[in-house]
Formats: sequence, structure tokens, C-alpha cells
Amino acid sequence: MTVLCLVELDGGAPADASLRALTLARSLGDTSVGTVVFADATDVPADALAAYGVTDVYVTEPGTLEGYAPQAWARVLASLAAETGATAVLAASTDRGNEVLAHVGAITGLPMAANCTLVTPDGGRTHRLVRHRWAGLLLEDAVMEAPIALFTVATEAVAPVPVIASDVSAETPGFAAETPGFAAETPDASAVTGDVSRAVRPAVQVHVHKAELAEGDLVVRATESATRSGGVSLATARVVVGGGRGVGGPDGFAPLEELAELLGGVVGVSRVVTSEGWRPHRQQVGQTGTKITPELYLACGISGAIQHIAGCGGAKHIIAINTDPGAPILAHADYAIIGDLHQVIPALVEALRAR
Amino acid sequence: VEILVCVKRVPTVGGKIAVTEDGQEVDTRMSGFSISPHEECAVEEAVQITERAGGTVTVLTLGPEAAIEQLRGALALGAGRAVLLETDGREFGPIATAAAIAAEVREHGYDLVLLGNEAADTGDYQVGIRVAHQLGWPVATGIKNLSLSGSESVVARREYRGTEEAYELPLPAVITVKEGINLPRYPSLPGRLRAKRAPVERSAPAWVAEGLRKEVLRVPASSQHQAAVLGHGADAVPDLVRVLDELGVLS
Repeated sequence: MTVLCLVELDGGAPADASLRALTLARSLGDTSVGTVVFADATDVPADALAAYGVTDVYVTEPGTLEGYAPQAWARVLASLAAETGATAVLAASTDRGNEVLAHVGAITGLPMAANCTLVTPDGGRTHRLVRHRWAGLLLEDAVMEAPIALFTVATEAVAPVPVIASDVSAETPGFAAETPGFAAETPDASAVTGDVSRAVRPAVQVHVHKAELAEGDLVVRATESATRSGGVSLATARVVVGGGRGVGGPDGFAPLEELAELLGGVVGVSRVVTSEGWRPHRQQVGQTGTKITPELYLACGISGAIQHIAGCGGAKHIIAINTDPGAPILAHADYAIIGDLHQVIPALVEALRAR
Repeated sequence: VEILVCVKRVPTVGGKIAVTEDGQEVDTRMSGFSISPHEECAVEEAVQITERAGGTVTVLTLGPEAAIEQLRGALALGAGRAVLLETDGREFGPIATAAAIAAEVREHGYDLVLLGNEAADTGDYQVGIRVAHQLGWPVATGIKNLSLSGSESVVARREYRGTEEAYELPLPAVITVKEGINLPRYPSLPGRLRAKRAPVERSAPAWVAEGLRKEVLRVPASSQHQAAVLGHGADAVPDLVRVLDELGVLS
């Protein structure tokens, strides 16, 4: 059996999200894991992929696919799936992963399940799976009947686990929930860790695939350009100081900015703040904004609507500052201070400056 | 420009989400209904385009008769025509949903079809793309900036990993948008009155079984606990500093 996984590159290495998808790919059982990388053969990070159990890497002929073209990428995946007899094709649930797999679904006429946390082959054409609904606030148990299972992996729910860890005991392998807000799903850990004892890593075979594109596959192709310079990005910040309705208006954010700077972090806001136009949408943390994964999320004057929890549930620790002890955010926070952020934040800034 | 905007009626969930006893749907006894923020922006974008370039906005939903409420919401904001693809309450999968939308597009003819990037409830991330394939049209997803040049093409932009991606699509095309592309307006009183009286065209597409079948919905077990209260007001700051130190964020 073969499964195929789309691997995205991030600065030459496999993207963290793709490593998580590869970890789930391996859990599908006794399979060979092939990956599709849209890069020149010489740029394939073969060792990094081998560490995640990849046996075969497929690249397209150099020069045939310049720039990100979702439908063309999907065409390549679909034809490779047919050639290799793959039983599953998957990707990380990034914007690109979801987009490309949806195209594969449309090209093949097969169903595609987005944001899966667990996938288990159940004989023949059947896969049982668990996937996110409501951006992870609900889980759906579902059954997929298809000759090729197409799905994306909810990356925040699956920890990346290499086949040969340098220190296996240091980290608990498996699908540990890293977050207070999201569900833990623990599949048969042996499926993931069973290869650890294998001393010799098999070599990765790199195959050059001739892409046979259909008319129209390259009509939609990205022209990429660098944006916004410097600054800590909300998606990757180690600390996020969140402000909600309790901030009171567009002029109330200065103390939050000051605190964020002291903590080496950035300010994020709830949806009401962007809907009111107090702050730009790119600062929104939420289901329809940015999903964050900081060490600490300090939620100030934020009630904790489901829409917001969907964005901040990936934080390792949440501390809430809220006047309302019954606010829903307290059911997702590790610690809380009951009080007015306009008093607590300046006092905290003062205390931190005094250290 | 003839624009079709697709919206979906979903429960307005506030601070908590629960499922019905049979695990088949979200418990809506305590909630209202709305469309997702992405779709609110899709409606706004369509209205803004026709305000500049002329044409009509048609709003479409696939759902139960009650979803007329969401159609009227879009009519109040400036949509000129409303289409209900009425279901019998069963959940349509993304393949059947896309087929029903594509049938309406073929019948009426549009230059542009706008959808939200993903539905708030099912999060399937694929209906727009499947519609485009059914029609043989180009599609771009997750778009945060849209500019039409005449009636020939559209430039759609989004950001990915700190890089801006620009796509130029010939029309007709399908675009899925994300919140942040604009700031939706509030409905005006005349708009609401107009929406109340506006006719809604109806048809009833057939439900089709799909290869992905929902068994049950559940709330993740780990998602409910209660925070440890460190104290009240500024008096709690010393304890807060201690916790921040323990978490290793004071370096």
C-alpha cells in the first residue's frame, strides 16, 4: 500500500505543518509513504523526509511548474495517485493544503475530508476518521468510502514525531494535545512509534515525474512578492496580548502594546474589535482571523466567544483578565484575574519594569 | 457585472457549543442564526463591486425554508435577487452543494461567483473549488483583496507565510473570500423594508449520498475546565508576575 503526502517547504526544509501530516500518514499502517514536493530534485530535503518515514519523493520535471498553481499541483497529485496505486492522498490543513486537496477532490470526483485529527483504514475502500467542525470546537466521527481517501490533517492536533528520534524517551510520541482548547486524540501509538527501533534508515528514492497538465491548469498561478517588513508575526509570536470589547475603544490599546513589547510579543484582538474598526483585521485572533500558537496568550477584556476560542485554542497557556467571573474565557484559561484590565495592565507593566 | 454570492445559515454560537442528544447537529435551542463572517464580507464585496461597475447581486443559499432569513439579510444590504435552494433538513455534502450551485449558475449566467473561504460549521474548504470545476471556470480561494479590471478579468490577492500572492483570473470566475477583505456595512432601514417585500425564487435540488458520511458530532473532552483565579484587580499582579516567571515568558 502507498499513501501520498503533499509536503510544503519552508526555507528549504519541510514545513512544520507537513511534518505533522507525515506523522499521521505513517499512522495509516503498513504502508510506504511517498511525498510530492514541488521543487527541483536537488532541493529536496531528503534526510529530513527520511526521518519522518518517507520512502519515495516525487518531484516534477524542472521548470515545468514555476510559481504556485493550485490546480496544476492537484493534477500532479491525482496522476501520481493513479500511477502509484495510492490508497490515500493527504496534506497539512494549511491554506494551500486544503486548496490543493479540494482540487484533487474535484478532479477525481472523490470526497475530501478537511482538518482530520485521526484517520484509520477499515478494510477495502473504507477509512474511519475524526475531523474538526467549527474550527476544532466540535469533532465529527465520520466514515469515508472511496477508492482513494483524500484528506487534510488538522496540524494543531497532531504532534510531529520522527521515525528515528535522537532521544525517544525525552518526548512522548503520539498525538498529544498541545493545547487547552483542542481535543486530544490518541491513536494506536505503536503505529507511530513502531519503527523507532529500526536502526538503519532506508534511503529515500527521488523520482522525477513528468507533469501532464490539462488545459486551464495553469490559468490560476500566483505571482509572489514579499510583504510587510520586520516585526513579530501574530501567527508565530511567543507571547500574544489579546484585547477585546473590554478595552473600550480604539484609544485603549497603548497599555496592551506596551505590555506586549515588554514580553517580546504582539497584540491580537477579538472579532468585535475589528468589526468596530478599532483595529485592523490582520490583528484578529479567531476562526475567521489568525490562529495563534504562542506559549502564552493573555486575554484582556475578552469574553471568549467560540469564534475567538477557535483562534486562541492553540495557545499553550491562557491567562484571562476579565471583570466577569462567569465569562466563557475562564473555561479555557489556566489562570484568571478578576478585574478591570485598565487597572491590572498598567500595574503589571509597572511591576515588570521594576524587575 | 452579474454576481452570485453564496451564503449558509449557521447557528450563532456565543460562548458555548453543544450538540443534540443524538449527536447529529448543533443544539440550537438557545441560539439564533447567521451567516459566517467570511460570507458577510462576500456580500459586502459584491455590493461594492456593483455600486462601482453596475450590475446585479444575486444571493443564494442552500438550506431549509428558514434560511430565507439570511437571504433577506443580504437583500437588506443591497443584493437585488434571492434564490433559495430548499432542502428537507438533511445536510448536503460539498459535492451535492456544489452541483446545485453550478446548476443555478448555468441557468442564470453570472460573471463572478463569490463564496466564503469555508463554512463556519462544516469547514469543508471545497465548495467554491468544486463549483469552479463543474463550470470549467478558474478559481482563487482565501482572497483578501479583489480588483476588477473592466469585465475581462479580476486580480485577487492573499497572503501566505508572509508572502503576498496575486492571481489574475479571466472572467467568469469563482472567488472565495476571507473576513478582512472589507468592513461590512449595517443594513439601512429602507434596505430592510425593501428586503421584507422582495420575492425569493425557489427550487429544490435532490439530496445525494456522498462518500464521506457523518456518524456523530461531539464536544472534545478536554475542552472544559475552570481557570485558577489568581486574585482580584491590581492586587493580583504580584501573583501574576510569579506565574509569568514560572511559564518562562519573562526573559
